[in-house]
Amino acid sequence: MSADHMTTQLDAPLSETTRTVTVVSWKTAGVLLSVTVLYALLLVAVPHSGDTRFLLSQRSDFFQIPVIVVPAVAFAWVCGAILLAVTAAVVVLTARGTRTPLWLVSLFVLAGLTGFLAWAGAGSPRDLSIVGLLGGAVLWSVPFVYGALGGVIGERAGVVNIAIEAQLLGAAFTAAVVSSITGSALAGLVAAVVAGALVSLVLGLFAITYHVNQVIVGVVLNVLVVGLTSFLYSQVLVPAAETLNSTTRFSAIPIPILSDIPVLGPVLFRQPALIYLMFIAVPAVWYALNRTKWGLRLRAVGEHPKAADTVGIDVVRTRYNAVLVAGAVAGLGGAFYTTVQLSQFGENMTGGAGYIALAAVIFGKWDPIRAAFAGLLFGFASNLQNVLSVVGSPVPSQFMLMIPYVVTLLAVAGLVGRSRPPAASGEPYIKG
Amino acid sequence: MSAPESNTASSSGSGPEQEPGLDPGTAEELEQERAREATGPVGDAAVDTAGRLAKALHQTMSSPWTVSVGAVLLAIAAGSIMIAFTNDGVQEASAYFFARPLDTFVALGQAIGGAYSALFRGSVVNLQATDFVTAIRPLTETLSYATPLIAAGLGVALAFRAGLFNIGGQGQMLVAAAAAGWVGFGVSGVPFPLHLLMALVAGIAAGALWAGLAGLLKARTGAHEVIVTIMLNYVAFYLIAYLLATPGLLQAPGSSNPKTPPTPESAQLPPLLGDRFNLTWGFVLALLAVVGVWWLLNRSSAGFSFRAVGENPRAARVAGIDTGRATVSSMLVAGGLVGLAGASQVLGGVTTGFSSDIDAGIGFDAITVALLGGSSPWGVLAAGILFGAFKAGGTTMQAAEGVPSDIVLVVQSLIVLFIAAPPLIRAIFRLPDPNRRRAPKKKPKATRNRKEAAA
Repeated sequence: MSADHMTTQLDAPLSETTRTVTVVSWKTAGVLLSVTVLYALLLVAVPHSGDTRFLLSQRSDFFQIPVIVVPAVAFAWVCGAILLAVTAAVVVLTARGTRTPLWLVSLFVLAGLTGFLAWAGAGSPRDLSIVGLLGGAVLWSVPFVYGALGGVIGERAGVVNIAIEAQLLGAAFTAAVVSSITGSALAGLVAAVVAGALVSLVLGLFAITYHVNQVIVGVVLNVLVVGLTSFLYSQVLVPAAETLNSTTRFSAIPIPILSDIPVLGPVLFRQPALIYLMFIAVPAVWYALNRTKWGLRLRAVGEHPKAADTVGIDVVRTRYNAVLVAGAVAGLGGAFYTTVQLSQFGENMTGGAGYIALAAVIFGKWDPIRAAFAGLLFGFASNLQNVLSVVGSPVPSQFMLMIPYVVTLLAVAGLVGRSRPPAASGEPYIKG
Repeated sequence: MSAPESNTASSSGSGPEQEPGLDPGTAEELEQERAREATGPVGDAAVDTAGRLAKALHQTMSSPWTVSVGAVLLAIAAGSIMIAFTNDGVQEASAYFFARPLDTFVALGQAIGGAYSALFRGSVVNLQATDFVTAIRPLTETLSYATPLIAAGLGVALAFRAGLFNIGGQGQMLVAAAAAGWVGFGVSGVPFPLHLLMALVAGIAAGALWAGLAGLLKARTGAHEVIVTIMLNYVAFYLIAYLLATPGLLQAPGSSNPKTPPTPESAQLPPLLGDRFNLTWGFVLALLAVVGVWWLLNRSSAGFSFRAVGENPRAARVAGIDTGRATVSSMLVAGGLVGLAGASQVLGGVTTGFSSDIDAGIGFDAITVALLGGSSPWGVLAAGILFGAFKAGGTTMQAAEGVPSDIVLVVQSLIVLFIAAPPLIRAIFRLPDPNRRRAPKKKPKATRNRKEAAA
């Protein structure tokens, strides 16, 4: 949120004092206001009637939370009132020159989302499963989160990783083949990691060794891997689908006790191993980047390679190292497609997930934890479609599907604002 | 990686006819040559001619064109390997390779030769044809595939020059196609050239606005254009999906499929070479766009400000250029060009009605085209035609030889990759480096020292 709050220092050369002027931007207020107006328009333009049934607990939980039935229209308007109140509060705060606190924005998001869901599910005889909504979001976010982590590691070392898509797709393909042959999902996962790292090796060879524009290499690698996997798919996998393209998948492993907590249990602790690994990987990457020697060197190389070189850090080696790790992490995300989601590889099955992961990297301001949350948001967006189609909302489904992306646009424009990449990101280092 | 590097270093500047190993004999020759250079033109005419020839050869071998040819050869070789490994005939023959090795090579030749001759037949000239029209038809197919690629490639290239990465080609093409299509079949009673013009303008304007929105968000709020254009792709996709599924908007009347009615004759781009070819006047529009972008970038003050912002936004701002305005207007023009691609699809390419896959991946192909073309208008033209040829030929290859056209993607991307890395190509083909002509001067001395040490 630092962009909302720009501090300008005016040096007064004659006087001894330095004057500090705080400028608070009206952007946040503007975005909140426009979201509130959109929300109200939606409620007025497409009136609903009936109740919405929120399903919170599952049968196996410790204790049962009864299905919450709310009168949809009234509830949606109450949420709308909260939105309006938060917006008003932000306007007042901004007029006073105070920054918008994060909890106000969070409240706004929560109220808006609940109100929207209540309105969308109004009059539906089916229950709107909160567990399905959130659990699916976690599951769908896997390739985005791993991909975003891969992107963050690469860019913090100064190598723009646009090839996330290629790493995901290549890893998905390799995982499918290896898992089918060996009959082990774990072997597929290992193969996926190797495949992701291999794509990275090509990226490194061209971007680091041959100083080719990193954007070019990334984009071209994406096309290359699509072509390669589609070719091999139709020439090799399709004729021998039973032996080469029917994978063994990871099954969900419920964690004892924790998985029986209502709502949180099934969402977080009744998932396949790849998801648990993700819970560990996000803080691990943060720790590695910010608290270890490896991370310090990596960031130094990404911010100022010349300075890093001067103090004796091998820039080329550090970058290769980072890019390979990045590819391996992104490869874990690729394994999701063929060892968790489906039991077979399909042509171009990632369908642009790598680009979404790239958006998550920038949305998360090149920070692993923020990028992971951005990935989670996109996972939520992908999953919303499934949940809403079950409920059977009368609003054209295409608009429902569009909303997450519009919200991202608004969030990027209003809340995140100018994002600063690592200083040497995208620049090849030529010694001397 | 170090081995090819050292090869380049040792072979560079010492003439392409020379082996990279640099045996003592050649080293002596080099020394003599250096002596001649030092003493001036005293050598006899024959030696002089040889020297000049060597120099000319050196220049040819170190020119960027040679590198490009090498890149294309390498990419084709990689494609051949893929074909060879997956061809049934080759696999059968290689099973008894040690008994009759010739069979394997014949099968290899048939598989690879067949695939590439089909590619050629589908994209340049059909030599099997009996009449001229059929023979020349592949070339026109190439140009019609190239039309949207050139237009959209120009859009991406222009944005690149202004320092913006426009991944939003898909969305811009979709809204442009929808707008052009809607004016096409929604407006009736307008005579031919006017109706076409209206549809074209609508498409270009829609594309421009869609990209301009991204530019505006970038300029006003600093939102990264990569996120914004990707998100706008999804928004456009779902918007078009909604319009296509809703009767009375874009959906064909009386149909429940998400498909539009056909484009009426009065809004279609007329055929350029008569009804027997698919090539339309859209290609001429693409050519005009190339010239227009060249003029804009190199001869206009707006283009100058785009390039200045692209090179160094801070310096541009100091020089008094309104960077925000440059960002918005470059995105507007870029979107208009991508919009031209979308409109040409609907008004010329697919006139029987379209669905939400009308963009056909061109928005993303355009990025590769722009990169291969070095973000210059003429480069984009050449790259667009090359990729158009691959698309046209790939279709024929798949139909005639059963080789999936995906291999075209591999060859295309390898070409771009190799062209972007001249040192790699030079290392593989042992070509000299034009920038290091005088570098190996020390080499002969080193060899002599070694010789002395040996003696």
